[in-house]
Amino acid sequence: MITINNFVKVKTLAEAYQLNQKRTNVVIGGFMWLKMGNRKIQNAIDLSGLGLNKIEETDDEFRIGSMCTLRDLELHEGLNNECQGALKEAVYHIVGVQFRNGATVGGSIYGRYGFSDVLTCLMVLDCYVELFKGGIISLKEFAKKKYDNDILVRILIKKDSRKVSYQSQRNAKMDFPLIAVAVAKKKNNIFVAVGARPMKAKLIQKSGCLSEQNPSQEEIAEFADWAKGQFSYGSNMRASKEYREYLAYVYIKRGVKEVLKDDH
Amino acid sequence: MIIKLWVNDKKITDEIDGDAILLDFLRDHGCYSVKRGCETSNCGLCTVLMDSKLVLSCSTLVARADGKHVITLEGLQEEAKEFGGFLADQGAEQCGFCSPGLVISVLTMVKELKNPSDREISEYLSGNLCRCSGYMGQLRAIKRYLNQKGAQKNEIS
Ligand SMILES: Cc1cc2nc3c(=O)[nH]c(=O)nc-3n(C[C@H](O)[C@H](O)[C@H](O)COP(=O)(O)OP(=O)(O)OC[C@H]3O[C@@H](n4cnc5c(N)ncnc54)[C@H](O)[C@@H]3O)c2cc1C
Ligand code: FES
Ligand code: FES
Repeated sequence: MITINNFVKVKTLAEAYQLNQKRTNVVIGGFMWLKMGNRKIQNAIDLSGLGLNKIEETDDEFRIGSMCTLRDLELHEGLNNECQGALKEAVYHIVGVQFRNGATVGGSIYGRYGFSDVLTCLMVLDCYVELFKGGIISLKEFAKKKYDNDILVRILIKKDSRKVSYQSQRNAKMDFPLIAVAVAKKKNNIFVAVGARPMKAKLIQKSGCLSEQNPSQEEIAEFADWAKGQFSYGSNMRASKEYREYLAYVYIKRGVKEVLKDDH
Repeated sequence: MIIKLWVNDKKITDEIDGDAILLDFLRDHGCYSVKRGCETSNCGLCTVLMDSKLVLSCSTLVARADGKHVITLEGLQEEAKEFGGFLADQGAEQCGFCSPGLVISVLTMVKELKNPSDREISEYLSGNLCRCSGYMGQLRAIKRYLNQKGAQKNEIS
């Protein structure tokens, strides 16, 4: 059970940061995940008065406030045009509409959960995390970082016209994914992120690995086989290590085919 | 802390604890349509509208409803009655426990989706579990309801 002594609607990020330095104080995102735990919270730090519930689009990037919900990601036209619906696909299978109206982008990325569809998909984009104290760092770097007491302010996605594909597989409709695979292509660079291994998503990148003109099915299969081997896998109640590894191969192959479409 | 919110258009000012949950608050204020099912954000039984968006009241802090408008099925009785007739006609309810959450979600879906396909209906309502009906009766009822409202692209099969 979770208990909260004070609910503090902060007026500035500096106030949020200062409060968050104490272990008994906790930032509240959508509260979906926190609610499932056992914790005594002295001050719940609420960022909802700071205007971080907006997705702003500029000429060269999207700026997603940490209090935006997963449903905001799903419904944002510009964002989904930019990644050909991959972000929508990544969040679409997370529980239901009511849930996605609550769970936030900040909570999802700060949590760096092993099963995260959101983290896996964002990783193959040119994506950065804006931290109050730590400044702007790449999502790849953030995912590896130890948990600290910083405040996640925004997620930034640069517009660089990459082609993106996202796929996941679940044992049951509302379950966590047992594998999550995102693939992107920018010029002759291929990016692959695999999450829910069940470890958290990791990103690999390779340049010039496929022929510029119409790579053959064999070439794609060879790449998928190589890429799958760059990740480690584990077993849990959802799937075995071997099954996950095989699925990763299949979905990487499909993802690559998807991002190569319309290229030739 | 003191909060002010509107529940079914009635203004309420109340003193609450920081960890008070919206579901309990609504029931304490007479909204018994709002039910506790899984309490793990999965079943959709506790669904209400907060500023016109569907939310899970079991996982929402009342503090987050401060200054907002919350609507429960008690505030949508006319519309609920109309759709309830379609559910009854299709024998789509057995124990009926899931109905409040389903009905409020369907009434919101009708406003949000234009001409939804069967797939889109099922996806939109995937957060509303029913352990009795197997969903087919519900889907038939929803399609007939949408057809009457002229808002479905598929033929009724
Ligand atoms: C039942 C259930 C099923 C789920 N299924 C899936 C799934 O299939 N796929 C998937 O990808 N995800 C899934 N999730 C995870 C979900 O999508 C969210 O990622 C998760 O709930 C965290 O988001 P939140 O807004 O609820 O965060 P909260 O629970 O509010 O917070 C989570 C953590 O992040 C911290 N935090 C929040 N915001 C900030 C911030 N701005 N700065 C610093 N720290 C912050 C909090 O202090 C806390 O430690 C599921 C979660 C639940 C509860
Ligand atoms: S009781 Fe809220 S989702 Fe089940
Ligand atoms: S009718 Fe019994 S749970 Fe839906």
